[in-house]
Order: sequence, then C-alpha cells, then structure tokens
Amino acid sequence: MRIELVKRPQRSALFSMLSPFIALGLTLVAGAALFLALGKNPGEALYYYFVDPLHETWSLHELAVKAAPLILIAVGLSVCFRSNNWNIGAEGQFIIGAMAGSILPVMFPDFQSWVVLPLMLLLGVAGGAAYASIPAVLKARFNTSEILTSLMLVYVAQLFLDWMVRGPWRNPAGFNFPETRTFHAFATLPEIWPASGRAHWGFIFALLAALVLWFVMTRTLKGFEIRLLGQSPRAGRFAGFSREKMVLFSFLVSGGLAGLAGICEVSGAIGQLRPIISPGYGFTAIIIAFLGRLNPLGIVAAGLVLALTYLGGEAAQISVGLSDKVARVFQGMILFFVLACDTLIHYRIRLVAEPAVRGEGARADV
Amino acid sequence: MDSTGDAAAEPLLEVRGLSKIFGTLKACDSIDLEIRRGEIHALLGENGAGKSTLVKMLFGALEPTAGTIRWKGQEVAIRSPGEARRLGIGMVFQHFSLFDALTAAENIILSLDDPAPVSAVAARARELSRAYGLPLDPQAHVGDLSVGERQRIEIIRCLLQDPELIILDEPTSVLTPQEADKLFDTLETLRSEGRSILYISHRLEEVKRLCDRATVLRGGRVVGHSDPRRETAASLARMMVGGDVPVVVRDKPAATREALLEVRGLNRKAGHPFAVSLSEIELTVHAGEILGVAGVAGNGQGELFEAISGEALQESADTVRICGHAAGRHDITGRRLMGAAFVPEERLGHAAAPFMTLTQNLLLSRYRTDARAFLGRLGIIRNAVVASAAKRVSTAMDVRKGSEDPEATALSGGNLQKFVIGRELDRQPRVLVVNQPTWGVDAGAAARIRQALVDLAKGGSAVLVISQDLDELFEICDAIAVMHGGRLSTPVPIAEATYEKIGLLMGGARPEATSGLPLEETV
Repeated sequence: MRIELVKRPQRSALFSMLSPFIALGLTLVAGAALFLALGKNPGEALYYYFVDPLHETWSLHELAVKAAPLILIAVGLSVCFRSNNWNIGAEGQFIIGAMAGSILPVMFPDFQSWVVLPLMLLLGVAGGAAYASIPAVLKARFNTSEILTSLMLVYVAQLFLDWMVRGPWRNPAGFNFPETRTFHAFATLPEIWPASGRAHWGFIFALLAALVLWFVMTRTLKGFEIRLLGQSPRAGRFAGFSREKMVLFSFLVSGGLAGLAGICEVSGAIGQLRPIISPGYGFTAIIIAFLGRLNPLGIVAAGLVLALTYLGGEAAQISVGLSDKVARVFQGMILFFVLACDTLIHYRIRLVAEPAVRGEGARADV
Repeated sequence: MDSTGDAAAEPLLEVRGLSKIFGTLKACDSIDLEIRRGEIHALLGENGAGKSTLVKMLFGALEPTAGTIRWKGQEVAIRSPGEARRLGIGMVFQHFSLFDALTAAENIILSLDDPAPVSAVAARARELSRAYGLPLDPQAHVGDLSVGERQRIEIIRCLLQDPELIILDEPTSVLTPQEADKLFDTLETLRSEGRSILYISHRLEEVKRLCDRATVLRGGRVVGHSDPRRETAASLARMMVGGDVPVVVRDKPAATREALLEVRGLNRKAGHPFAVSLSEIELTVHAGEILGVAGVAGNGQGELFEAISGEALQESADTVRICGHAAGRHDITGRRLMGAAFVPEERLGHAAAPFMTLTQNLLLSRYRTDARAFLGRLGIIRNAVVASAAKRVSTAMDVRKGSEDPEATALSGGNLQKFVIGRELDRQPRVLVVNQPTWGVDAGAAARIRQALVDLAKGGSAVLVISQDLDELFEICDAIAVMHGGRLSTPVPIAEATYEKIGLLMGGARPEATSGLPLEETV
C-alpha cells in the first residue's frame, strides 16, 4: 500500500474552504495528544484552553483586545502576501508605529487636547509605513530578499524600543522602572463599552480595515492589480502594472496597518511604552493571514481563533498548570496543519495497492 | 536461412491495443502500430491527438494502462528510458535537454549510461558527425550554438547508443528549410543502414517526401494507416482533422500608404547571458498591411516583441512610433492608448494569468483602453459589463469551454489562443503585434486565427506577425522580413519571396547579397 498525491485538473473549491477547518480539527487532536503526553487530562485541558475563556463578558472583551492587533496586522499582510511580497517584519513595524504614535504623550505630556489622539493614530500609521518602506525600497531598487531584510529589522526595532524606554524616554517619576510615563486621558484610546470590559476602539478599526480591504481586493481595479501581480508577474507586466510600485504599495499598506495596531495597543490596552509591548502579534498575524485564506473577512474569524490561543494559554496556565509556551506550540501546529491541508486544494490523495515486486531493479534509473 | 527470412519480415516494433488513461481522459485508445525494419514511419496528428503520449510509452517515460508492445517479436515491458535505450530505442525530443554552460561533448557524456573520458567521447562524436553529415564541434559550448546545431548534438547523442529505432519528435519545427534538407539526408542514410525511424510531424509536405508509411491519430485513436506518397497534403490533412480544413480567404485590400507602426534604429542590449541583443532594427507596417517576421527560434523575436509592446522601453521616444505618436518612452499601457494591441507568444503566464477567469483575463489587457465602460468610480470594476464583453469575444472567436467563465488554465491551448487574440481584436486596434499566433494550435483554430488577422488588416489596421511557421507567413503576409542574430532583414514582398530565399536569410545569409540578384539561380 502506498499513498499517492494526484494533481487535480482544477483547484478544489470545497477543500479551499474546508482546509482551515480540517487544520483546526487536526490541531485539536494533536493538542490532546500533547496534553496526554504531559500527563494532563486532555478533555479538561482543552476545555480550559478553548471553551472557558468564552464564558464571561469580560473575557470576551479580552478576546477583542487580543484580536484587534492581530486582525489589523493580518489584513495588511494579506495584501502583501497576495501580491507575492513577503513582509515578515510586521512585528517591527508594530513597534515603530507604537513608538512614533507615542511621541506626543511621552515628549509633550503638557499638550492636552482632543486632537492628540487622532494625531497619535496618524503618526502610528506613518511610523509603521515608513519602517516598512525600508525593505520595500531595498527590494524594488536592489532586488534584496524582503524576507530577510524585513525580519532583521524586527530585532532592530525591538532593541531600539528597549533602549528608548530605559534611556531617553524613561518616566522621570517612575522609580527607574524601564517604562515611559503613562498616557494622559486625551492620549488614551477609549473603550467601546466602558461598563462591561476593556475592549477598545482598536477592534472597531480592525473590523473596518477588514471590510475596506475586502472591498478593495474583490471589487476594484487595485485589488485586481494586487492579485494579478502576485499570481503571474509576467502577465501583470503585460497588463501594464508595475512590480516595483506594487512592492512599495503593499509594504506601505501592511506597515501602516501594523503601525496602527501598535499605537492602538499602547494607547488602548497598555497605556504606556514598555520594553516589550507585543507577545509576537506580528508573527502570529502571518499564521492568521494564511488561516483566513488571505481573505480579509476570513482573517477576522481566524484572528478571533488565534486570539483565543493567547487567552487559553493564560487560562490553562492558571487552571491546569500548563506552561504558557503551549500557546506558541498551538499556533505553530495550526500553521503547520493549514499549510499541509492546503495541499488538498491542488491534489487529491489516492491509496494504491503496491504492485507485485518485479524482478529487476529497472525502476532505479528513471 | 528460414529464421533470418522470418526476422526480416517480422516488424521491429509491434504495438497492439495500447491505451493510456489519465483520469477520465483516454489519451491513447487501443492503438495499433507496426514499424518495419529500415522504414521511416510517420506519426501524424494534431495537438492533443495522443502522439506524445504514445511515444512516451514507447520510450518508457509513461506506463501504459493496457496493451502490449512487442520488440523483435518478444513481448516487452519498457519501464524506463534507460531500458528503452538498452533495447535499442533512441529518442530526440522536441525540447532539448542540454546544458548551455557545458560543451557538446560534456552534454553527451551526461546522457551515457557508462561514463567515458571526454576525449574518447569527442572522438566518437566526431566520427559519427562525419559519417552522417552532421557537422559539429564537440568542444563548442552549447550556449553559443544555433538551434540546428543543438539538435545535431541530440541526434549524435542518440546515435552513440547505436539504436535500431529512432524516434524524432517534430524535428524540423526549429530548422530553416535548408537545415531541414540536410536532416532529411541524414535520415535517409540511417534508413539505408536498416535503422527504423518513427517521425512525428504535422508538416505534411515533408512527410510525403520522406516517409514510407504513415499512421494517423485523432482523438487518441488510430484513424488510418496509409502510404503518404500516394496521398495529397490535403487528403492527409483531412484524415488528421476529420474534415475539411478551412482555407484563409484573402483579397488584397486597398493599402493606403499611411505608416501605422514604425521602428527606427532599435537597439537593445541582452538582459541576461542567453538573451539576444537587438541591433539597428528598422521596420514599417502600413495601414492594411500584414508584415511577417520569420526566423529560427531564439534569434531575438521575443526581445523584439517586448521592445515594440513597451514591456521594455527605448532610450529615445522616436525609436518606436505608433499611429504617428512617438511611443518609445511610453509603457505598454501608453502604447495601447495610442491604438496598438499586443499578443505575446506565451499564452499562460504572459498573455493570460492561469488561475484567473476569462472575464478577469479580458480586463487584464483592456482595463485602461476601455476604462469608461469597465470601471466605475473609485476604480470599482463593472463585472457585468466585463463579463458580457468576454462572452462576446468567446462567441466571435468560437472559444470552446467547459463552463460559463472558466479559469484560463482550464482551456485547451487553441481555445485560449483564440480568446487572447479575440480579446485584442474586439477592440478593433489600429496596430496589432502578435508573436507566434498559432503555435501549438490545432488546424481548425489556426485557420480561424489567421482569417481574423487577415480581416483586421482588410479593415485598415497594420498587423505585425512574428512566427516560426513559414507556411503561415506565406499564407497571410504582404511582405516577410527575417530575424537572425538580433538583426532584421529588409522585408521581401510576398510576390518575390520563396521558401529558399527566406530560408537562406533565416540561416544568416547577408540580406544585401540576397536582395539584389535572384536567388533561385545561384543555388
């Protein structure tokens, strides 16, 4: 018996839709096996991981808090990935966006007015976009690999933030803790529903961004250009679209949205800059973009699922005593299974009974 | 003596009921074929008739679903090309598998089952090249050789195995008429030695001239065995196509002398080591005129197309003029807006995006020229309008498709080609530049495409056709220029053009020498 992959004549629409669900199912099975191996009751662990965080209103708010940056970054990345540009550095763009947006409340704390918040958001977008333009220009001009350059710039951004909050931007009244001053009221992103929980306007921005980009991708010439250049660069050039401009465009969009996510996170959820402001949102968003089929609406759903792995990780740590690293393991497994299941879109599996072994080893030289 | 008499009479290769099924497609449907010793046997058929599948099974590259192959009377299972070679079957593929950076001799060594020193192989190759009239320098780097010379390497590499049956897949499709003549001499020498040749072609004239017997395939089945010498090209074509092939109707339009496409002093450096640089290209196409550009593949046709289409820009705006506008500094969109339309050689991946629907592929080349109809405010695509235009194109060009709006990759080559040409014709462009309009397209679709090009010119447009198919150029063009080594000859008016004259230009004869004196006398 051997397993063969047979190429389908056409992409399977069915498996295109099912693949993320099969992947989630396989992740649950593998997760249960993992918990069993750790000596925990898999049923109980999975319950605390995936169901318990959805029980109460405040924890649903927490879900939205976690999902907001993930969705914002992932919809931007979907534009990049669709156009065949591989921005792996959203984490860095997130950090630089957060820092650029924090300039006003940190350096000019006395400037207090309702214009502060809109300015912060704009600065956040500009910071993320500017930081993303570095790998974009390098790719368009010198044909460097954007995968390497964007990834390396993440570490630059992380260390820059670390240095700033320990040095120039440290809170003068903060007992030498490595953090900036807390943002004043005009610099704080308001909560959507202050009475019931912490979810802030970042989540609304994320939904809006997903809707707008979904419309752009499916209905407009720009979306057509993005998809065409991504699938078939030569046909894109024949159509008269410029690859170089698309590199810039897609990096600016994804960088800008990552920057917006960054400033929303610090002004909405944290309230100040610290040495570490992201538990890897920029990297998790890559998984979300693929789990959501690079479709902005699918990404909203995938973003909520991955946000749950963060919450579940915390819950399982408290209730079952699992390491919080388990969240990373889950995220990794989801990506792994999604990519594996995507094979089924183009191939089907066929089981073949092994033919009787033939005398000569003639197959060897094919 | 009896036994040897039997051996001579019995076929070298006998195929009975050979079938190959891919999913639901019967690529080959119980094929019977018999090849005798010392004959040149033609395998005829259109694209998709099952020729390649059959040959791949004979050469061990595909496993048959059913049927038997008998080699010298023994039933055999050919499981790999290596096994086919050991039996004595050699093959020269249509698309060569040679490494540009290695020498001819090194390339030959790579294909040998037992490694041998370079000097020995080079000596043996030289010997064979003399014996069979295949001039070749074993030390030359493949990258520097012409297509004809590369084919000789493939043939010599095949002869080194001392095969009794040689399979040749469309060998003349890349040769000039003169090179083809030399190849025929070689094949006749091989036949006189008692070797058999399976000759795959769709060029009926050469099959009539060269082959002893022919097997015709259509839709995966054998539709007839015949003696090609007793058939006419038209009767063979009818067998292949299963009906009459439409003839292109062409009456001379009143050519106004208005130049719609002009190229003056076009130079272009090669972009990569194996590209061709263009030098001092001059051409003019007038309204109502079809100008053909002939030439062996890889002499700069692709580079010329990119330069005229605007995928590559020129230094000076006046180098390319379209409908009187200086176009050299405009990109492809700008040139389309001046009234030009383009159809590149590669259908999938260049003219059309494989995984986009026909509607989206229509938009691909026309979103700007038809912006008013196709796009609303904010660049929103009016899907219904584009879809109805795509439908109009499909109807006009008789594009056969499985569903209403399939992805480009789901269409057969011929149907997709009809669509990408129809997409441009639907605009009624003043200038059409098309590269290899009917490459790999079946006879019916090819005739339809050629007729469409002729009709467009009749309507007063200028058409530039780049093609390797000389028959096609002679059928539709008013004048033919030849591309060789990145240079373009002065166009030869169709009344003065002969295969011989064009063939010599394709082989690199200097245009000055041929334009003056009538060539028929010197050859």
